[in-house]
Amino acid sequence: MLEGRYVIALGERDGISGPAIAACAEAAGAKVVFVATECFV
Amino acid sequence: MTEPTGDPVIVAATQVLAHVPGMARHGSKPSRELARDGEVEAKFLGALRTFDEAVAYPPHQAYLGAVHPRALPARPWTDASPGDASRWAPRGEIMPEEEFLGLLASVDQANLLTLGAELADRALAALSEHPLAKHLALGQLERAKGDVEAAAAGTASCAVHLGSGPVQGALRAGDEADQSLTGAVLLENLAAKATATLALLQLLDKEQVDPGSIDYVIGCGEEAVGDRYQRGGGNLAKAVAEAAGLTEASGMDVKDFCAAPVPALVVAASLVKAGVFRRVAVVAGGSLAKLGMKFQGHLRNGLPVLEDVLGGAAALVEADDGASPTLRLDAVGRHRVAAGGSAPQIMETLALEPLDRLGLTTTDVDDFATELHNPEITEPQGSGNVPERNYKTLAALAARRGDIGRDEIAGFVETRGMPGFAPTQGHLASGLCYLPHALERLTTGDATRSMIIAKGSLFLGRMSQLSDGMSIVLERNRGQR
Amino acid sequence: MDLDSQEQILKLSELHGPSQLMVIIGAPDPEAAEITAETVVQGDPSYAGVLAGAQLGLDVYHVLDESISSEVPPEVWDAQIGVMGDVLEADALVAAVAGMRQPGSDSS
Repeated sequence: MLEGRYVIALGERDGISGPAIAACAEAAGAKVVFVATECFV
Repeated sequence: MTEPTGDPVIVAATQVLAHVPGMARHGSKPSRELARDGEVEAKFLGALRTFDEAVAYPPHQAYLGAVHPRALPARPWTDASPGDASRWAPRGEIMPEEEFLGLLASVDQANLLTLGAELADRALAALSEHPLAKHLALGQLERAKGDVEAAAAGTASCAVHLGSGPVQGALRAGDEADQSLTGAVLLENLAAKATATLALLQLLDKEQVDPGSIDYVIGCGEEAVGDRYQRGGGNLAKAVAEAAGLTEASGMDVKDFCAAPVPALVVAASLVKAGVFRRVAVVAGGSLAKLGMKFQGHLRNGLPVLEDVLGGAAALVEADDGASPTLRLDAVGRHRVAAGGSAPQIMETLALEPLDRLGLTTTDVDDFATELHNPEITEPQGSGNVPERNYKTLAALAARRGDIGRDEIAGFVETRGMPGFAPTQGHLASGLCYLPHALERLTTGDATRSMIIAKGSLFLGRMSQLSDGMSIVLERNRGQR
Repeated sequence: MDLDSQEQILKLSELHGPSQLMVIIGAPDPEAAEITAETVVQGDPSYAGVLAGAQLGLDVYHVLDESISSEVPPEVWDAQIGVMGDVLEADALVAAVAGMRQPGSDSS
């Protein structure tokens, strides 16, 4: 499902961060096109 | 002076709150949302708490040091009866808004705050009865009296209200053409200065510390005071030192988003250990921008606007006195650039790595204090229970290392963690709020070690995708074991 | 959702189209995960950003969804997610996002 697809990684500081999602997606063959991490505190 | 023997110690820590329901509308989130929709504004103003409700709110009493967070009653805390909750606590106080507006005027060196005459008189009368009255520049209140309507109508002025009532004051811009000196920006800075000053004055008063004996003040609040040529210029710390009468001190600010308090403590302890300074105060004021940040969730759930207080904190670091809790400078955890940004990686580098260095395990630490945001504030807006997730992460890592069994995870969270109780102003939650409790637990209490873990979301500044964090171990003084 | 993120997502959606583009969410709370998913499928429910009313219909998953985790090499998963898989309530998070996902949006 991830191989070759464009991925937007919308992480949250208090859950899984954007860069952590991006690293997983890239390792699965996806092309990460946007990474963000939100913080609500 | 004699050469310091062991690592430096924290001799005192105080915490204050200012209940500012009228200023909550100037929080970043409400200021945008209320301007868009009059109906939302009416609901917001109708959901502000009274001072008595703010005093009775159990997490506030924990913040003031009156009750340990583990001894807090069951939630919901909004339903708690006042009981014997008091404005005054052994290590601080919560100040009502009217007095706080007077306090703002008393620390307003630039004379930009105008207060209505009646309000100024009432604030002056109240502050004259305050235990710290003799340390406050109350003459400033007379000077602040003026035409509020005219001041509020000025370019880039910021109106100041008392609760949900009409305009009672206004902060004029420092320079009408400078985005860094608008009335709204200066109100944030002045509020931070006032709360930090109040906390420092409380510390000096309660511990009978000679203000002239403090060499340096390190600020670790969230405001970055400056002008358009240097937006984060800094040194609110020295302004606080001046306002608190620390004639011999200088100061500086440490900036690290919400993580700043722990680096500030580490720098303070390092300066003392190196013999550069004898006594260093670490101070922080409240973050006005964070007020009402999650008000939509609160209103949706029939709660009052819970982010209506500004916190302040002060701690005093000096050479080993043989009694006060030690700041273990050989157990400072830092989040390295290459450490990775996932929550377990951050926790590993901040909590476990320094313990490894000391040859200790997680069960050698009695209390972990990390991101102690009050969950009653965060949950209604879908941010969950921040400290609980931190403790679960830490406990899961402890189990993975074999410090505890997998069946002991819940117990670890309960006994070595604690419920969040800090206002959602990250730097207060990042350890500062626990210092009065840690001092008590590590002196008259039965704890041996506390670890303070601070985290900061520096990716929010768009200069990096990284987080940051720092931790330090506080230990019962060897002279007391 | 962050207003800047909304603008970026709108641009990327126009550039790559919903069949090639997917969104992976890391929120720790089911309600927050649902709102983020809703924003990229049906539009911003708070009507604050450019995605207000924008029915992008993007394919969206929580990162803890097995259909994501099963494709990530275990050593990468362990380093990046690790114990968070146990700490967070994966089932509730996965279900919250799946509830917003449009049927048939999984193009692979």
